[in-house]
Amino acid sequence: MSKEAIIKTQNLTKSFGAFTAVDKISFEAMPGEIFGFLGANGAGKTTAMKMLSGLLKPSSGTASVVGFDVFKQSEMIKKNIGYMSQKFSLYDDLTVEENIAFFGGIYGLRGDVLKLAQMELLERLQLMDQSKKLVASLPLGWKQKLSFSVAMIHKPRLVFLDEPTGGVDPITRRQFWEMIYEAAENGVTIFVTTHYMDEAEYCSRVSIMVDGKIAAMDTPRALKEQFGAKNMDEVFYTLARGAKRGE
Amino acid sequence: MLALDNVSFEVKQGERFGIIGPDGAGKTSLFRILTTLLLADSGVASVCGNDVVLGFDKIRRISGYMPGKFSLYQDLSVEENLNFFATVFGTTVAENMHLIKDIYVQIEPFKDRPAGKLSGGMKQKLALCCALIHEPKILFLDEPTTGVDPVSRKEFWDMLDRLKSRNITILVSTPYMDEASRCDRIALMQTGKILAIDTLDNIIGSYKNKVFGVETRQMHQLSQFFKTHKAVHSCYPFGDTLHVTPKDALLTSIELESSCKSAGFQDVKVFDIVPNIEDIFMNLMGQNNGI
Repeated sequence: MSKEAIIKTQNLTKSFGAFTAVDKISFEAMPGEIFGFLGANGAGKTTAMKMLSGLLKPSSGTASVVGFDVFKQSEMIKKNIGYMSQKFSLYDDLTVEENIAFFGGIYGLRGDVLKLAQMELLERLQLMDQSKKLVASLPLGWKQKLSFSVAMIHKPRLVFLDEPTGGVDPITRRQFWEMIYEAAENGVTIFVTTHYMDEAEYCSRVSIMVDGKIAAMDTPRALKEQFGAKNMDEVFYTLARGAKRGE
Repeated sequence: MLALDNVSFEVKQGERFGIIGPDGAGKTSLFRILTTLLLADSGVASVCGNDVVLGFDKIRRISGYMPGKFSLYQDLSVEENLNFFATVFGTTVAENMHLIKDIYVQIEPFKDRPAGKLSGGMKQKLALCCALIHEPKILFLDEPTTGVDPVSRKEFWDMLDRLKSRNITILVSTPYMDEASRCDRIALMQTGKILAIDTLDNIIGSYKNKVFGVETRQMHQLSQFFKTHKAVHSCYPFGDTLHVTPKDALLTSIELESSCKSAGFQDVKVFDIVPNIEDIFMNLMGQNNGI
């Protein structure tokens, strides 16, 4: 496993006219790291994630993601990362099997490779009996597990999770984090946003964005010490309530 | 699909009542029935003395409703939306300004902007203003804080605190368990059923299971160890602490700690804790699912 950074940014910036949504952010995320990307609504998280996943061209600065340049090789980035968000994940009116085949195809898997990946995924999630069911009929917790597995079907070295656990019950939320841990132990870098501050504690490192800048970045333990806070909720509150701009 | 299953509860006048549960619990169906937008298959319900079927028109006049999905007119301005809702209810914005003033001042600088072009937090404030503009007796707020960051969530509940003196009854739903502490009473819901209903203090006070907090730097390894531990009923991470429920209530923290140490986990601290709402919810979920 390579020990080179999976994400590396230097002064990465995105402006829309006079508005600087992301203002000179610099950080690295390493293989197997669970990198928590926090910030209030409007702090610039979504814009930053769009740049890192090859969907939006930065205004200035540099960034490489899974070894590719965000300015010149955005198509290669899209092929080599996984992406899951709660808002857009699976097609409700396709079956479990069809969703896996569809996303596997998008990620470039074909023929026997795709079939094998599909079988493996269904077995691992114990969804063999449900493979012909419409995704709409699955409980939300299962949709999220399936969605995460689909985002990993092409075995990417980096996966973006955008508020993956919104709305689920506390047990399912924790089961989901076990899947995240397992992937990270296998060397996958996890880039995750969440509004649950207890989940911030499960990250290897956390960055907190305020007004387009990274206001703090460290392990949860070090951040709590630095801010004299008893939990990440307090750390977040201390930093984010100083925000000048709204959403 | 059974969205709501034999749900019975009462809310007192002026009370802030929280319906707490994950997606699929039935919160929105319940709100739609109570706001007379959906007919129940069976059972009865009344709001401020009016039956939800026979007295639907009366309920609509005295209720303020903020649906989970933003439902104002996107192409009308902030001011126009507010005027529209006031007019529909036969009143004026000026007449009820005192009710919304605290909230409205925050969106007033954008009063000419189309509602569709507002940020999420601004939309939420405008929706609350529109729900309040006819001085309702009861407010139905369906997941007002979903997808909102922790700072804005706190601010929203602070706004509700300031409404308290108006004696408006508030029924509010949320998937965030920590918001239970902001309600007078709560109902915990899952898959269409109410699992518990009381004040937060009473729900915690009447919880019989013992819960230990466990601190370690080896969170993941230790939680795997507890999954196979024969004295442990369940173990869940809570931020930087594990919460462990023993099978036998007589087990002490010292015994559990020494069993960790003899298994090779040196850096472990076990102590008694007061369970929180998520501990209790997870336990009740297990019972509801027949575990």
